Amino acid sequence: MTRIVVVTSGKGGVGKTTTSAAFATGLALRGYKTAVLDFDIGLRNLDLIMGCERRVVYDFVNVIKKEGNLNQALIKDKRVDNLFILPASQTRDKDALTQEGVEQVMKELTEKHQFDYIVCDSPAGIEHGAIMAMYFADEALITTNPEVSSVRDSDRIIGMLNSKTRRAELGEEPIKEHLLLTRYEPSRVLSGDMLSAEDVQEILAVPLLGVIPESKAVLQASNSGTPVTLDEGSDAGQAYHDVVARFLGEDRPLRFMNLRKKGLLSRLFGGST
Amino acid sequence: MPPQTSTPAFELKGSMLTTMVLHVYTADIEVLAEQLKQHVAQAPGLFKQAPVILDFHAIQQSAKTLDIPELVEILRNYGMFPIGVRGGNTSFNSLALAVGLHLLPTTKTASERTSSPAKEEAAQHQVPEMPVKIIEQPVRSGQQIVSKGDLVILSMVSPGAEVLAQRHIHVYGALRGRALAGVTGNTQARIFCHKLEAELVSIAGQYQINEELDAQCLNQAVQIYLKDDHLTIQPFHQKLNLAK
Ligand SMILES: Nc1ncnc2c1ncn2[C@@H]1O[C@H](COP(=O)(O)OP(=O)(O)OP(=O)(O)O)[C@@H](O)[C@H]1O
Ligand SMILES: [Mg+2]
Repeated sequence: MTRIVVVTSGKGGVGKTTTSAAFATGLALRGYKTAVLDFDIGLRNLDLIMGCERRVVYDFVNVIKKEGNLNQALIKDKRVDNLFILPASQTRDKDALTQEGVEQVMKELTEKHQFDYIVCDSPAGIEHGAIMAMYFADEALITTNPEVSSVRDSDRIIGMLNSKTRRAELGEEPIKEHLLLTRYEPSRVLSGDMLSAEDVQEILAVPLLGVIPESKAVLQASNSGTPVTLDEGSDAGQAYHDVVARFLGEDRPLRFMNLRKKGLLSRLFGGST
Repeated sequence: MPPQTSTPAFELKGSMLTTMVLHVYTADIEVLAEQLKQHVAQAPGLFKQAPVILDFHAIQQSAKTLDIPELVEILRNYGMFPIGVRGGNTSFNSLALAVGLHLLPTTKTASERTSSPAKEEAAQHQVPEMPVKIIEQPVRSGQQIVSKGDLVILSMVSPGAEVLAQRHIHVYGALRGRALAGVTGNTQARIFCHKLEAELVSIAGQYQINEELDAQCLNQAVQIYLKDDHLTIQPFHQKLNLAK
């Protein structure tokens, strides 16, 4: 059965697109047929991070307006089997995403293409685009940076997950919520500049799925159009693999939350991280 | 954005709940404690998680006061869950409110109903039943909950959320948003919460913002009420210590 997962946050720039790409890739690497959908109409970004921006012919809005079909619009990833990207349109505005249109696309991805997971990369904000991204979700990755304004926005988004979505409107079992802390910097948590994972969890009262450290690997990965989960050696890549594993029910301890002690070699040679 | 009211955030359904009623026949807390101990010892499992109503009809004339905080403590230690009181005099009622119990209207058993018409009439003057709204989910930033009677929130109230009631507000978690009780002018209304971190608290229009809250009350379990028209915040542990 298909599970629809929204990656959402309220606040902008917290790492939703990075997470959507890394998470979808991680699921596909484990053999699940996965589609990742860009709901950020007008600010198309996901195709860049996924490294397929030069292969876009039709986009999400084209499919909704029946200017092209889903088969034509879905881009198959060249590196990972089972991974497909549905890019957003760069030229339209967010209102082009109608609820009926999104429903039709979800239905086709579910029934015809039989995806195991559909990952929805939400735009920032609490308006129409964000609501469309979450509307049909079964689960949500609430992407949050350890600072007060991001936490506040996440809280707001959780309220909307519980009231403005299909499951809420039909009175079905609520969307399963997962807290994902990104851009975590242990040194700044220690110095009090950032909230700790415990603080955030206490404020939001949502189970913690994982913590992604602030990492240079993320910028490098997005510059080269590679989801960071394909950079297996990197801290952020490993942290996202842990997140995928926990999401699938595996028990994995949290990592990358303590200050790293510099090893002798890196101290001598001034290693990269 | 105005609060969304068209899509249901919850559903309120009537439900019958069997509760035990503890009819109290003495104001002597020591005697009560001893007999409760014996009683519970016979079937400890029976009382775990059991909601209990305290009924003071039998002693409300004879006894001036009763150590209700202590009694509640004892019951909780046995795993019982006191939810309200009835049939008490005003001194009983204010003690009950102070430890977060509800004042419940008196209902009569079949035998009492046929007894004296005078009693019947007295009962008619009891406080009319007020709608109680119970919210099981956290109240999140941007949400607003309004109750025409009491408002009971079983979880927390986030910063940026607002809860309003014509009567009391109970928050069985952290209160981090705004809470306004007695919004239609009921000066008897109170706010009870497990952890005070509110942005604003108000009783019948008298309010304090977070900056004005007494540091000693912050992060404490407190009740908030009007005393001589003055917003008063009282941590619970102090109250209990005084009562003992
Ligand atoms: N773990 C991380 N370490 C370092 N940089 C990161 C990390 N996660 C994200 N970033 C950087 O933060 C910026 C925003 O990330 P991203 O585009 O994924 O956020 P977003 O939530 O999708 O933003 P928007 O709300 O604009 O859609 C990017 O420059 C990205 O490289
Ligand atoms: Mg994005």
